[in-house]
Amino acid sequence: MTTADALYTVNITVNDQHHEVKVPARRTLVDLLRYDLDMTGTKETCSVGVCGACTVLIDGEIAASCITLAVQADGANITTIEGVANGEALHPIQQSFIDHGGFQCGICTSGQIVAAKSLLDSNPSPTEDEVKEWMMGNLCRCTGYYQIMESIMKAAK
Amino acid sequence: MRDFIYHAPTTIDEALALLEEYGEDARPIAGGTAMVNLMKQNMVLADHLVGLGKLPGLRGVSQTNGSLHIGALTRHREVELSPEVKAHSPLLAEAYSRVATVRVRNMATVGGGLTHADPAQDPPPSLIVLDAHVVLTSSKGTRGLPVNDLFVDYYESALEPGELLTELVVPQSPKGAKTVYLKFLPRTEDDYATVSVAALATVENGVCQEIRVALGAVAPTPIRATAVEEALRGQQVTPDAVRAAAETVADQVDPLTDFRGSDDYKRDMAVVFTRRALEQVFGLAS
Repeated sequence: MTTADALYTVNITVNDQHHEVKVPARRTLVDLLRYDLDMTGTKETCSVGVCGACTVLIDGEIAASCITLAVQADGANITTIEGVANGEALHPIQQSFIDHGGFQCGICTSGQIVAAKSLLDSNPSPTEDEVKEWMMGNLCRCTGYYQIMESIMKAAK
Repeated sequence: MRDFIYHAPTTIDEALALLEEYGEDARPIAGGTAMVNLMKQNMVLADHLVGLGKLPGLRGVSQTNGSLHIGALTRHREVELSPEVKAHSPLLAEAYSRVATVRVRNMATVGGGLTHADPAQDPPPSLIVLDAHVVLTSSKGTRGLPVNDLFVDYYESALEPGELLTELVVPQSPKGAKTVYLKFLPRTEDDYATVSVAALATVENGVCQEIRVALGAVAPTPIRATAVEEALRGQQVTPDAVRAAAETVADQVDPLTDFRGSDDYKRDMAVVFTRRALEQVFGLAS
């Protein structure tokens, strides 16, 4: 008989690396990343799926890892901020955030970058309105939105 | 979050058997955007979660006999972007596109959203004016239920224990119908509606033929504005008739005072946005 404190095996691919992790059912995906895999680039901020800081790609689509159960992600392909750079070489969107001051305190930045990269991968030349619509769910409490917009528009082709 | 037992059935029969076995102690989970938040806040204290993510055949859009069939595990984002949905019922694509953010729409499913039964959600008013129904499946069989009858109270749907919402069916709109969805957002663009209105109308020689109006966020459930419809059906469409009809909605709404506004304010806004929606479907908007 399974009990409520049982552990569940989650097979998950993160940034092209396969992991088999044993977690309780209540483990969220962001906690699996941060505590089980020690990948602390993904941040948890609002914990209710509103702020965008915990954004990762699940099977190629942006998703909130704070309201995704790890067991729901069994078999999924995840991309996190750690998978954006190519080794030591920053991705152009990362360089653009540096060049154009796209962050201040930095807590929202991983989510901003993962979301922006996903947009540019599917839509390399977005309009400003398309960027705003896409990035609407990534909040920055330093309110550096103009610089974030500029970083993304300059990184676009 | 409290500990719970997670089940990951791979067939619908297996999922239904689990829901039947555990009854009130079990809740289904699809995208999780509502359920994980409710579990985190201890507003749902389920001992068992039945994960629907691995069920086959419940995701996607198809058409049969002119009706649109949308599987319960179809994501909001997929409805929003589907060329089939846009061609068949543009109002539906519009309503789903107004839900929260791209990230949430990638996760939230059609079935999960509807059974969550939050009266402020975007799709229900549009689904009501489109005369949509849902298919509910249990181990005893299936039954159809109009979306208008799906909502019972705040966060309470008409699903019986052991039932799963498996499909949403949207019939073709009447020929020449004009539709609109208006969402009043005084706070932020990704917010729930303060008041929302969907309307569908056909007009012949200046006379209103078909008229359907539904509102969200103004009562314990989405509501159909029957008094507005009765005031207009068969009548000459004039700005005065529209204004008078919209006024009747004030008696039908029962909003809550919250951080989006007082009950009085929302009642006033329900009238204003109903009038604007009517002006748009009748081509009276300036």
